[in-house]
Amino acid sequence: MSEGTLYDKVWDRHAVAELPTGQTQLFVGLHLIHEVTSPQAFGMLRERDMEVAYPELTHATVDHIVPTADQSRPYGDDAAEEMMAELEENVREAGIEFSDPTTGNQGIVHVIGPEQGITQPGKTIVCGDSHTSTHGAFGSLAFGIGTSQIRDVLATGCVAMEKQKVRKIEVTGELSEGVEAKDIILEVIRRLGTDGGVGYVYEYAGEAIESLDIEGRMSICNMSIEGGARAGYVNPDETTYEWLAETDEFADDPEKFERLKPYWESIRSEDDAEYDDVVVVDGDELEPTVTWGTTPGQGVGVTQPIPAPEELPEEKQDTARMSQKHMGVDPGDTMEGYDIDVAFLGSCTNARLPDLRRAAKIVEGREVHPDVRAMVVPGSQRVQEQAEKEGLADVFREAGFDWRNAGCSMCLGMNEDQLEGDEACASSSNRNFIGRQGSKDGRTVLMNPQMVAAAAIEGKVTDVRNLSEVTTV
Amino acid sequence: MSADAESDGPADTVRHISGTGVPVRGNDIDTDQIIPARFMKVVTFDGLGQFSFFDQRFGDDDEEKAHSFNEDRFRDSSVLVVNANFGCGSSREHAPQALMRWGIDALVGESFAEIFAGNCLALGIPTVTADSETIEALQAWVDENPDGDIDVDVEAETVTYGETTVEVEVDDAQRKALVEGVWDTTALMKSNKNAVRETAESLPYVETDD
Repeated sequence: MSEGTLYDKVWDRHAVAELPTGQTQLFVGLHLIHEVTSPQAFGMLRERDMEVAYPELTHATVDHIVPTADQSRPYGDDAAEEMMAELEENVREAGIEFSDPTTGNQGIVHVIGPEQGITQPGKTIVCGDSHTSTHGAFGSLAFGIGTSQIRDVLATGCVAMEKQKVRKIEVTGELSEGVEAKDIILEVIRRLGTDGGVGYVYEYAGEAIESLDIEGRMSICNMSIEGGARAGYVNPDETTYEWLAETDEFADDPEKFERLKPYWESIRSEDDAEYDDVVVVDGDELEPTVTWGTTPGQGVGVTQPIPAPEELPEEKQDTARMSQKHMGVDPGDTMEGYDIDVAFLGSCTNARLPDLRRAAKIVEGREVHPDVRAMVVPGSQRVQEQAEKEGLADVFREAGFDWRNAGCSMCLGMNEDQLEGDEACASSSNRNFIGRQGSKDGRTVLMNPQMVAAAAIEGKVTDVRNLSEVTTV
Repeated sequence: MSADAESDGPADTVRHISGTGVPVRGNDIDTDQIIPARFMKVVTFDGLGQFSFFDQRFGDDDEEKAHSFNEDRFRDSSVLVVNANFGCGSSREHAPQALMRWGIDALVGESFAEIFAGNCLALGIPTVTADSETIEALQAWVDENPDGDIDVDVEAETVTYGETTVEVEVDDAQRKALVEGVWDTTALMKSNKNAVRETAESLPYVETDD
């Protein structure tokens, strides 16, 4: 078993009791909720006549169903309106703070927690959303839970968990031009598999991780779950503290910052920590990566050949055949040149300011291909506002992108932003599952934001390094 | 088999499940396949059963496609037999809720995604595992014996079908929770209220209203 890692330390600090099942009752420091997975939990609470135990440690937003075009109430979609109204009622009754669209603080739950400073090192953070792993970028222990567990957290402030193993993923070297955090995590998932992380928490470390900005770290931790790992984290360091110091939570309260910093420092993994497994990835070798299939593990460097199913491990072959048929790709070809109908720049993986800045650099002075509909959906209202202030929105609009309001949007097709028919989408999101973007015949190609920008302009999957103004992160 | 709304104590025991089987083949069957997101625009789980595997079962014009959940012979099945990494992807409890409401009481497979398995446990649904050969043999048997009973013995960690009994694995905590009837964790954890408060007070970042 691991020893001396951030995971061990944060786990021990939050362990309340051992349950009869052998699971640990773990105290939850921050419970984030949204409109899709929480209403049933509040319903269960009412059935049992229970109240929310720690409303002050709970924070709500609306993201999955919120329209990104016309947000006037009532929403055009009755079902969306009903979910929103239900959430409003639930948070009002329980006294939970709600970053709703009128506050200017609304956005994807995994974008707003960090930007408000409530995501902090050494906190346990849960949310009824698998991409909760995102918050691990700050050295939090953060993971997704189901609705019955949301009920548990609402009612008790705790969640029942089994302790997991820790795998250190050390990314050495330096990323080259056009290569981003997204490419690191796609490579990790390709190598270890979509189920390689089951039973593990991933600790991302090494030179290439340490030199990433906090947003890049979030992109990586975000997709831990795509590799089967429920949580992933990066040890907090100066990059983390610099971000935190600027947030609502600490900007006006430097004393609080100084008071908490020793705790943040104390939960870092020890130099001699023991891990259950260590994997080394050579960051120097990476190139912009795209997916050729229908699981996030089916990635390939943009100049590399799509593998033949027979070359893959036996258990992956059937899925690979089915995926290649769905995508209409052939082994031996590269993904470069694959025709694109839609470009989606958004999601909790890649819709933060630096993501939009890098993409805008590619877009500036160019035009979206006439056969492509391209959209940018900022991760939050704050990202949106800042991007508008910096002129990024104008760059995108002038090139022919649709500039939208904040939400999950086409990442999962729960609002009106969906693929139609067998449209192919260059997407900065996290899942290329069949049907994920709203059409069961739709085709999703995952890639980093610069690559999405390049695909939007060329109308096909394009190696962004062949365009000028590529950003090295 | 949802939790008893009146009960404030631990849940029912789930020592073993018996029923006919239904195979759903393929690795990496994700939660978007189990229940597409568009059916989650609801504020209760009621009525989700009919949408299980919807896009695998129906075409553009709602015509039925070949899928075991469309076959009459499997309509009353309660034991779902699947392959590897079943339930990967999102944390949506809508996925096991849909399966449960379709009639599934237990899952047998090569492996399950973690959040999915946890969600199943929260509903009292076992997710037991065995190697791929064992699973494929069971799937083939179910295909030939749609009326044949499968007994999933959570306590003994075996699955029995026809004349065959195979050993399966059940995660320790899951086995204890189901066999001892302590899978409804709300009441359990609530009873430790004072210890929870102590833990909260020991954390430097927690400022509660208490």
